[in-house]
Amino acid sequence: MAKKVAFLQGNEAAAQGALYAGCKFFAGYPITPSTEVAEVMSVELPKIGGKFIQMEDEIGAMAALLGGALGGAKALTSTSGPGLSLKQELIGYGCIAEIPCVIINVMRGGPSTGMPTGPSQSDIMSAKWGTHGDHPAICLVPASVQELFEETVRAFNLAEKYRTPVMVMPDEIVGHMRERVVFPEPGELEVIDRAAPTVEPAQYKPYDTSFGDVPPLAAFGSGYKFHVTGLNKLPDGFPTTKAEYVQAEEERQVRKVEGNADDIMKWEEYKCDDAEIIIVAFGSTSRSARFAVDQAREQGIKAGLFRLITFWPFPEKRILELSKKVKAFITPEMNLGMATGVVKAAVEGNAPVLGIFRVDGEPINPGQILDKMKEVK
Amino acid sequence: MAYDYEKFIRPGKLPHIWCPGCGHGIVMKGLIRAIDACGLKKENTAIVSGIGCASRLPGYMDCCTLHTAHGRAAAFATGVKMSRPEMDVILVGGDGDGTAIGGNHFIHACRRNINMTYIILNNKIYGMTGGQFSPATPTGDKASTTPYGNPDPAFDIAKLAIGAGATFVARGTAFHANQIDKLIAEAIQHKGFSVVEILDDCPTTYGRRNKFKSVIEMMNHLKDIAVPVKAAEKMSPEQLKGKVLTGVLYKEDKPEYCEQYAKVIERAQAAK
Repeated sequence: MAKKVAFLQGNEAAAQGALYAGCKFFAGYPITPSTEVAEVMSVELPKIGGKFIQMEDEIGAMAALLGGALGGAKALTSTSGPGLSLKQELIGYGCIAEIPCVIINVMRGGPSTGMPTGPSQSDIMSAKWGTHGDHPAICLVPASVQELFEETVRAFNLAEKYRTPVMVMPDEIVGHMRERVVFPEPGELEVIDRAAPTVEPAQYKPYDTSFGDVPPLAAFGSGYKFHVTGLNKLPDGFPTTKAEYVQAEEERQVRKVEGNADDIMKWEEYKCDDAEIIIVAFGSTSRSARFAVDQAREQGIKAGLFRLITFWPFPEKRILELSKKVKAFITPEMNLGMATGVVKAAVEGNAPVLGIFRVDGEPINPGQILDKMKEVK
Repeated sequence: MAYDYEKFIRPGKLPHIWCPGCGHGIVMKGLIRAIDACGLKKENTAIVSGIGCASRLPGYMDCCTLHTAHGRAAAFATGVKMSRPEMDVILVGGDGDGTAIGGNHFIHACRRNINMTYIILNNKIYGMTGGQFSPATPTGDKASTTPYGNPDPAFDIAKLAIGAGATFVARGTAFHANQIDKLIAEAIQHKGFSVVEILDDCPTTYGRRNKFKSVIEMMNHLKDIAVPVKAAEKMSPEQLKGKVLTGVLYKEDKPEYCEQYAKVIERAQAAK
């Protein structure tokens, strides 16, 4: 049988990806340019017996999301910059209480209300540093409608596998563009469900590290009684201020992501093998970069594209390796240098990192990138 | 025979954090008797709170307990209830947590009429942070942040709940301990969003700033101001001045949210 093919908007594809992954719960609040995710979920979830709720505000949506996830559902919310800022405290709650959930944040101009309908890539630091305290961060940055579908599936898998909130951050262009999507057959993409407890309810502890860095999470209402808090906690979930527990737990929470970065990270290297100039880009900007690389090759410039699909954890080791054999990196991005700073830190001074920054609501075009390549000595 | 509270208390979690003379323990005992009387199953009962002294209550209860972030109990609980409509969901929190930082979630939970019970322990102060005024602190009272007297008017929390659409609203006091379990039990049995406000005392951060010489004086004050709804019907406005109505203040049957959403599912599936 021929596969289902559809001409979808990015945000619609994100919602379809969530449904493919087994999402049964959505809590959200309307915000441009992500609202279509909520709209599709409001149509599709009740058809499969799932639940959709539009909450009173962004914070309430994040809270309901965590509550729904604790009830055992694979849970999704969608938002954009101002909403992401409002959700941050509870994203931290999800990290410390270790509640799997997925946040689709369609990046628009900021700060504050900024440019609601304009594209941006300026939330990538919020994905890692937006909530207070040390915590794990997983942030996926797809560049096409098909990839937004597939990375949303992977976001659920990572959330369930590592028991933590995961962010998918298409820029507004990827969120709103329309492209052909080939729906994978059921079973074609891996779908991971959270590990269920293997012990009897009386023995269950929600943070029992004898099961490893990612202890199994029981669902409320499934026969297991346990306590969940946003305070630093003991293996049984109850608060503690004991230094040795707090230190070990904070380190474990970060380690379960950083220590498994090789499993989480994803990138694409395009013509990087002999490249003297490597463009590091993500999202819609990487599409301009690929075009610029092809144009540069035609002109005899050995250019390559390192396309980030995971922004956090960041593939700093690979960037460091590449930095030893290139003349320069070019980092086009729709912000004032966020990824550029991360790349600079990764290259440890081995090569210059030349940024191209746009925050005017216009995409970075291939010509800009090509011009920058010609500045490389 | 003395009532066995321990069957609902988590082993090893007492003593609680509350100060001597605080009424929160009285409310917790009332809640335990109510849960018992209603025949709720511990593993099927979620008790959800925000942040503050009252919000520490769920930790002592041997149920599914969720100690959330400041003000967010109602929103977290809404997610739990939507995800698991078969669970009994009870919220516990203070006046500041529920009606200041959590005010928006509170009124919208009332509006949706989702089948949960919210017990608000109103001691008119932020106790855990040391006694700052809350939306329930009366005008003129002293708090650590109203050293010259509170300029703010106070919420009537029960009226707020009724106005926002809660379909069962009751009020009791920590003094009237034997009434607490009955009010909470009736709230739990009500289908829809129910609110039980319990007027409570905070001798440590409110009483001593506001000329209460002892816990007994605070408890006697609760006794003096409380007027049962029925008794109030026979009293004049002058006689009711400074008094607070107690008992079941409001009850109404309206469509419940999870049932309404079940109808959404039916309609969506019929249209498929």
